[in-house]
Amino acid sequence: MSYVKSLKCRECGRTYPKKPIYVCEWCFGPLEVVYDYGKIKKVLTKEKIFSREKNLWRYKELLPIDGEPTVGLHSGFTPLFEAKNLEKVFGVRKIFIKDDSVNHPTLSFKDRVVAVALSKAKEFGFKMVACASTGNLANAVASHSRSAGFNCYVFIPANLEKSKIISSLIYGVNLIAVDGNYDDVNRLCGEIASKYKWAFVNVNLRPYYAEGSKTYGFEIVEQLNWRVPQHIIIPAASGSLLTKIYKAFKEFEQLGFIKKLNTKFHIAQASGCSPIVSALKEKSEIIKPVKPNTIAKSLAIGNPADGIYAIDIVKKTRGFGEVATDEEIVEGIKLLAETEGIFTETAGGVTVAVCKKLIESKKIPKDEEIIISITGNGLKTQEAVENKIGRPIKIKPNMAEFEKFLKKGA
Amino acid sequence: MSIKVRIPTPLQKLTDGKSEVESSGKTVIQLIDELEKKYPGIKERLCDEKGNIRRFINIFVNEKDIRFLKGQKTKLKNGDEVSIIPAIAGG
Repeated sequence: MSYVKSLKCRECGRTYPKKPIYVCEWCFGPLEVVYDYGKIKKVLTKEKIFSREKNLWRYKELLPIDGEPTVGLHSGFTPLFEAKNLEKVFGVRKIFIKDDSVNHPTLSFKDRVVAVALSKAKEFGFKMVACASTGNLANAVASHSRSAGFNCYVFIPANLEKSKIISSLIYGVNLIAVDGNYDDVNRLCGEIASKYKWAFVNVNLRPYYAEGSKTYGFEIVEQLNWRVPQHIIIPAASGSLLTKIYKAFKEFEQLGFIKKLNTKFHIAQASGCSPIVSALKEKSEIIKPVKPNTIAKSLAIGNPADGIYAIDIVKKTRGFGEVATDEEIVEGIKLLAETEGIFTETAGGVTVAVCKKLIESKKIPKDEEIIISITGNGLKTQEAVENKIGRPIKIKPNMAEFEKFLKKGA
Repeated sequence: MSIKVRIPTPLQKLTDGKSEVESSGKTVIQLIDELEKKYPGIKERLCDEKGNIRRFINIFVNEKDIRFLKGQKTKLKNGDEVSIIPAIAGG
């Protein structure tokens, strides 16, 4: 049973049938999935969702597949918890962490989008799946391609962190390391996608793929017991995640699952790659691409596809945009680890650092409630913190040596 | 003067199915005007009502995004290669 009506151009509104396409033929705007909410409203209730297994497919009517899901059956439904220690450090009333650093199976929010994209790729009958990635997506496509039985090519910028490279290669897929930055990889993949009949999850399947990010937002609402937070801080590379969390809240509002969407959406980028936040701050109509130079490689997209839409939402919800320097990113990673015991990757460091700045600058009032979006795992970006943390204390295996250290250290 | 222009799939209906055509022009916007003479209808697909290149179209001159250069006024010379790429996806 499908609840998808069609694809629709976000710019000119022309509609298209459900196919592996992503660009409006007329004006070249991006295509978006449109649902029949009237039909969904008749079949989907909070109780029904609650009765289902704890994975992202519990919201399947709001995801763009025609049949039953086939990929990522254990992905999603990651923890949302109150960060009491971080609240004390920041001096605010309430902070929640939505923690996709433990998403199944590849430890980032990309398991969500890939679950949806590869389920759709199966429906379309593709044999080969591919992606352009800053690392996390490559890991997710590589992993899910194996369990789902696809052939797989992943394309990455050559300078990625070692862990992100190994976490793709381990699955025995074809990993193409392109001499260039993500935007070069992306452009190449656009050209490859027009020549080869492959399912590029974030090119020709992007309208479907991106919908998977909505489940991050659905889960937040459900885990808050069917309400939205006052503030949410979201890291941005292409800007897609932010737009889809907004869409998720909107859809739940439309279905009557929440009363009113009154969340302020804040956008976090690294200062070494902040085309979206810069355009927001400069009140610019266009987003000027940048050449990324930041340790937050997972956010290093200089030409963000959904940047203008992300800006629209931040403005509409009266949120803010802020950036974090490399030093602040490392501090953010360490702070989250030392207060909440969560080791996040560089993107998480950006989000924590930006949260701190928004509170300090009083853009987020201290008596309000904030969600910090943690989208990836620190084990994948160890290089970023390697030389900025303590060292092991080396001793001989006897009590005397240990107590010598204790006296000295304490 | 000859400039090689790579045409994206949706526009190939206007270029008799050709994915690559030769054209001329001193700047990117002039090149689009030249293309329009040969392939009527192509300009309104690439440019909005004000004549500016649509915001979801990416144009690369010799692999370089023109937004890093002089935008639609970016100068062209003989032998340059221009790629027209629809909506950058990714991310």
